[in-house]
Amino acid sequence: MGVGITVEHLNAFYGKTQALFDINIAVLANHATALIGPSGCGKSTFIRCLNRMHETIPEARVDGAVRIGDLSVYNGTSATQLRRRVGMVFQKPNPFPTMSIYDNVAAGLKLNGFRKRKQLDEIVHKSLNASALWDEVKDHLHKKSGASLSGGQQQRLCIARALAVQPEVLLMDEPCSALDPISTGKIEELIFQLKEQYTIVIVTHNMQQAARVAEFTGFFLLGKMIEFDKTEKIFTNPSDKRTEDYVTGRFG
Amino acid sequence: MPDTNSNPPALPIPQVSIPPISWRRRVTDHAMTSVAIVTVVLVLLPLFAIFAYLVYKGIGSINLAFLTQTPKPVGEPGGGMANAIVGSMVILAIASVLGVPFGIGAGIFLSEYGRNRYGDIVRFVSDVLNGVPSIVIGIVAYGLVVMRQKHFSALAGGVALAIMMVPTIARTTEQMLLLVPQAIREAAYGLGVSRWRTTLSITLRTATSGVITGVMLAFARVAGETAPLLFTAFGNQFWNWKTDQPTAALSLQIFTYAISPFDEWHRQAWAGALVLIILIVGAVAAVRIAVRHGTLAGA
Repeated sequence: MGVGITVEHLNAFYGKTQALFDINIAVLANHATALIGPSGCGKSTFIRCLNRMHETIPEARVDGAVRIGDLSVYNGTSATQLRRRVGMVFQKPNPFPTMSIYDNVAAGLKLNGFRKRKQLDEIVHKSLNASALWDEVKDHLHKKSGASLSGGQQQRLCIARALAVQPEVLLMDEPCSALDPISTGKIEELIFQLKEQYTIVIVTHNMQQAARVAEFTGFFLLGKMIEFDKTEKIFTNPSDKRTEDYVTGRFG
Repeated sequence: MPDTNSNPPALPIPQVSIPPISWRRRVTDHAMTSVAIVTVVLVLLPLFAIFAYLVYKGIGSINLAFLTQTPKPVGEPGGGMANAIVGSMVILAIASVLGVPFGIGAGIFLSEYGRNRYGDIVRFVSDVLNGVPSIVIGIVAYGLVVMRQKHFSALAGGVALAIMMVPTIARTTEQMLLLVPQAIREAAYGLGVSRWRTTLSITLRTATSGVITGVMLAFARVAGETAPLLFTAFGNQFWNWKTDQPTAALSLQIFTYAISPFDEWHRQAWAGALVLIILIVGAVAAVRIAVRHGTLAGA
């Protein structure tokens, strides 16, 4: 089951440059929330703060409070423990190139010490099913490398890999930006189904995509959250002038 | 959605005439291609020449006795280098067991944790160590192992060669790990995999074939070393199975035989050189095949 996310007074920095300014947001469990905004406005930085990926960059730091379900992200939780509950899908598909399809999906569990063969088989099957890839790869799970798949398949493999550790939240950082429209369609369908079990936060440059998949949308500009509301409201009747200008294509 | 039914107005196609490729370009093209081919030949020629000459000079003296017997005393014909072949293998095994883990460990430090001043110091020291004459490394191993054990040994020879392997392996491992995209590491972090696990099971594994190339380069380089073995392994005319006793090595045996005044020994030195080079090529090829065998389709 998914859990909700609350963010209070979040500021993020790269060295001396501030990338995020006082972000406050409450993300509902089992819904998809889209983050839109022009390049460099801090969307990616923001979702990387939710699973503490931000701090893997040297000199990056964060202050403020983030809660994921009952877990306080920046207070006494280890980053590795947290990331097992908050899965992430990246902009470019990044399967482990030396691993088979099976091992890619099982990687999160295996590398964390889970070795029960039978259960692994089952989880790999379920995860690949959930990411709508099973039928395409079931015949060469162990023979083919994850890198031998097409771009769209690789991205679905990465989604399966993230699902296999059974997270409660799934963060997606422009998951379709490197994919063709058919693969994009498949992944959007997937997001629809995944919502039932996971809380999804998706960064996207594609406003139609935000409108299609997300119940809630946040608009970022220059490191600030300008507006956060129901998707319908953001796209039809935004309260901020800047949001309106962006969604109607007048800038950005 | 833009209207896709109506055709866009036809744009006039500008008429440009592309001139035919000039004779000067064609000549330059052929000239540069020839230069490239000639340099390749020049690079490969010495290798093939050496190998061909070794086969020519050495093949006649390689027989069962050469591969199974120990050296005969001066004046007696026959005998072989079996003890030196085994001794070389033992010394190289010791060197690899000691040198490879340290070299790869240092490479991991440099690439994953050494993007700072400490890393720069290690990099500098490692480059200097790479340039230290091998005989000096031999003296170091003499001081470290031989003086303490009070006698020459395979262990001392192995230590000397291990020291020589470390900087090469460390720097190539570092370069190979740096080639692994950050996105691959992030994928592992994103699954809640700890940093050290990611380094060992993801980053190092992704870079395996490059790291192995570095290891094999270092191995091949030290396999033929003679100077560092002169006063560490020392050499031995008889069988020795103990790693704390003076041990024969092919390179030492070649050296001793080559500077001797006996024709029979000269012939055996050539044969020894041929066996040594075959052993090195064989070891490198075996590792390559083993690695390829474990690689997946499309990886």
